[in-house]
Amino acid sequence: MPSPLAAAITTILWQLPMNAAAHGPAFDRHLLLNLWIALALLALAHILVLIGLIKRRTHTPPRRQALIEFVPLAALALLFAFLATRAEALWQAARYTGPDRAALQVEVTGMQFAWYFRYPGADATFGATKPELVAPGEGNPLGLDPTDPHSADDLVGSQLVLPAGREVDLRLHAQDVIHGFSVPAMRLKQNAVPGQDIHIHFTPTVPGEYAILCTQLCGLGHYRMTATLRVLPEVDFEAWLTQHAPHTGDAQ
Amino acid sequence: MSEPQNPGGASFRASAKGWGMAHHRTLGLAYLGLSTAALLAGVTLSLLMRLHLTWPDWPLPLHGPILPEEYLGAVTLHGTLMLFFVLTVAPLWGFGSLILPAQIGSRRMAFPTLNAAAFWTLVASLLILCASPFVAGGTAISGWTAYPPLSAVAATGPGQALGMDLWLASIGLFSLATCMAAVNMVTTIVCLRCDGMAWHRLPLTVWGWFTAALLSLPSFAVLLAALVLLFCDRHLGTGFFLPATLVVNGIVTHSPADGSPLLWLHLFWFFGHPEVYIAILPGMGLVSMVLANFARRRVFAYRLMIAVMVLIGGIGILVWGHHMFVAGLSPFAGSAFAISTMAIAIPASAEVLSWIATVCGSGVIAGKARLTTPMLFALGFVSLFITGGLTGPILAQPILDQYLHNTFFVVAHFHLIMAMAGVFGLYLATYYWFPLIAGRMLNERLGKIHFWLTIFFAYSTFLPMHITGLAGEPRHYAQFTGIAGPAGELLAATMPLQRHITLSAIFLALAQVPFMINLWRTLRSPATSAPNPWDATTMEWAPNAFSDEPSGPELNTHAGPCEYSLDGETFHPQWQPVTQPNQPE
Repeated sequence: MPSPLAAAITTILWQLPMNAAAHGPAFDRHLLLNLWIALALLALAHILVLIGLIKRRTHTPPRRQALIEFVPLAALALLFAFLATRAEALWQAARYTGPDRAALQVEVTGMQFAWYFRYPGADATFGATKPELVAPGEGNPLGLDPTDPHSADDLVGSQLVLPAGREVDLRLHAQDVIHGFSVPAMRLKQNAVPGQDIHIHFTPTVPGEYAILCTQLCGLGHYRMTATLRVLPEVDFEAWLTQHAPHTGDAQ
Repeated sequence: MSEPQNPGGASFRASAKGWGMAHHRTLGLAYLGLSTAALLAGVTLSLLMRLHLTWPDWPLPLHGPILPEEYLGAVTLHGTLMLFFVLTVAPLWGFGSLILPAQIGSRRMAFPTLNAAAFWTLVASLLILCASPFVAGGTAISGWTAYPPLSAVAATGPGQALGMDLWLASIGLFSLATCMAAVNMVTTIVCLRCDGMAWHRLPLTVWGWFTAALLSLPSFAVLLAALVLLFCDRHLGTGFFLPATLVVNGIVTHSPADGSPLLWLHLFWFFGHPEVYIAILPGMGLVSMVLANFARRRVFAYRLMIAVMVLIGGIGILVWGHHMFVAGLSPFAGSAFAISTMAIAIPASAEVLSWIATVCGSGVIAGKARLTTPMLFALGFVSLFITGGLTGPILAQPILDQYLHNTFFVVAHFHLIMAMAGVFGLYLATYYWFPLIAGRMLNERLGKIHFWLTIFFAYSTFLPMHITGLAGEPRHYAQFTGIAGPAGELLAATMPLQRHITLSAIFLALAQVPFMINLWRTLRSPATSAPNPWDATTMEWAPNAFSDEPSGPELNTHAGPCEYSLDGETFHPQWQPVTQPNQPE
């Protein structure tokens, strides 16, 4: 990592929020590299134009003309290829492969204008849902079907609670319109699309409370479709799970 | 040069014979008038949005507090007005009708009636859009991109019933008008060039118009088809964009076909991305010509620039997926669209390098390059294009877009490269061609004040948006305060910069006052302009290019554009036979 001074300049200038994901440091390095390159090219181009306007040169031989055009162009093309390759490596690591088999399964459902999170419970299977049963006011925002035995131990909440250091596999749903699931501290964003099942996986590393935002215009309450991600140490997470396990009559 | 006075103003006003068969220059002015009205409305809406974001409790006089759905209605109208009615209509159809025929040595356009029909369709389209805030439920709130199911199901929000239907009707008519105007423009350029105006002698401005008009045909045709499909989903029970089951506000709806909202995203962005090139290509062409004009240079790598412009248009059709990196496509599609999007940065860089090389060594201090107001706006365009363009390759990387998508970073990117650069292109065209259009020069002193204030406040408004975007601030939020939890803290942290941005935006609007004063004062003064005040070389400045006498002298092209001698002392206008080069005045 760069010196504390460089880190301070980075924080003050670019104002990235805290990053608390395993893939975050590599992501931040790549983003900051891009930003610094863009800033340097911006300065360079403006200085060139200013000098060019002030200086007076009568004639450029044709061979130099080709050099002037193609050498910087080739350099820029190489630079873009370099950035694209680095970005592609990160993209592949994040998206080309599925989650670890031991990853924690959580289902995320977006609806106007709230997020709900469902844990499959001890049977490790999400119970069936029925659209006719959706009733947020009755405590059944996802329309859990009580006749399905797998539903009984499903835990549904409006806060995403995750253990630090364990990979999580999010299954994104939307009930009504497209929503955007975004956690800036996890350097993560993925739309939830009605009719589609979209998986995304990542590993939170630093315990704390982080913002979850909706980042796809979803209607008049879009601005207040926020939620909280609570990352807990592994032990505390297990305690939280036990404490919040649904009481399903004879089950406990 | 027998005529002492520019024939601009009077002659074509007299030649406009009724609106049905209007003269192309009358239509050009009419397009510009329509755009100006849309621009004023769009700017007002943006200021209201900024004021509301900064002071959410502030009641709008004669209205009361701005509600979230009203904020989103303003977002939708602002985007629709600016993208369609300002940045598409003014550079392409406005200045295209006004200047293009003269620039290719033609006295008419290919299909005047079609052009007039396009204009009147646009008027209807704008009126329908302007009516939408006044119907029950108000105007549509789904943004200019109108993603379904929000745009397909009336129950998803106020404005999504009749307001959305009016939006669909308006943009449907707009697409039709654009196809008509594009057919007219492409045919004019292909068929009506005067003798000697070979393809390689066309000014880059014409290449910009040509590429943009060509692009607008497939893109607006696809948009029109998508609008029709969306209309069917709304009213005829189809399900192109709707999955089998939706639960909206507790109401379960079933769609007969298991469609997908992603189909709309594909169709919309297949139109939407070329659309932003349609908006900026004419300005890019004009900038090349004006830089060469005032640097008294040839356009650097002129033929390459023709190829580059066509290439930008061509690749521009293949990059739409970069709007959909986090939309739910296969990650492999993300990689493919990242490559095509990075590829377009190369011709765009070639364009910028040509601009820099054209002015490089032109010598303002030595008095050779002339820092006139049009030149300043051309340089401003270059500056904004570079600043906005440099964030393009950043957003082209899917992994970075997974953080930056739909944040203010994106808002900053496209406002600099498309909106601000586009508007600078329009001011450039206005200052540069005003002597032709009105027979008068706009005041240089006021013009320069206008330029410096505008570029300063444009940067002051849009540069900080990069920072708020990096801080995680999303677009389309009706307010950033009064929200609980860590999300509320993240949003509220950007408020100091929000205030700065809002104040800058107000000053940016006020910076247009010198321009209005300039326009008003100049139009009241007597016509005085010399026939070719900028020592320009392109055909529209030929002494008889704007004359409408059918028996007038034939226009012929004898040279390429921007043929300045190597020392910049003499130049060769395109209309002059090759024997003797012209002396500057």
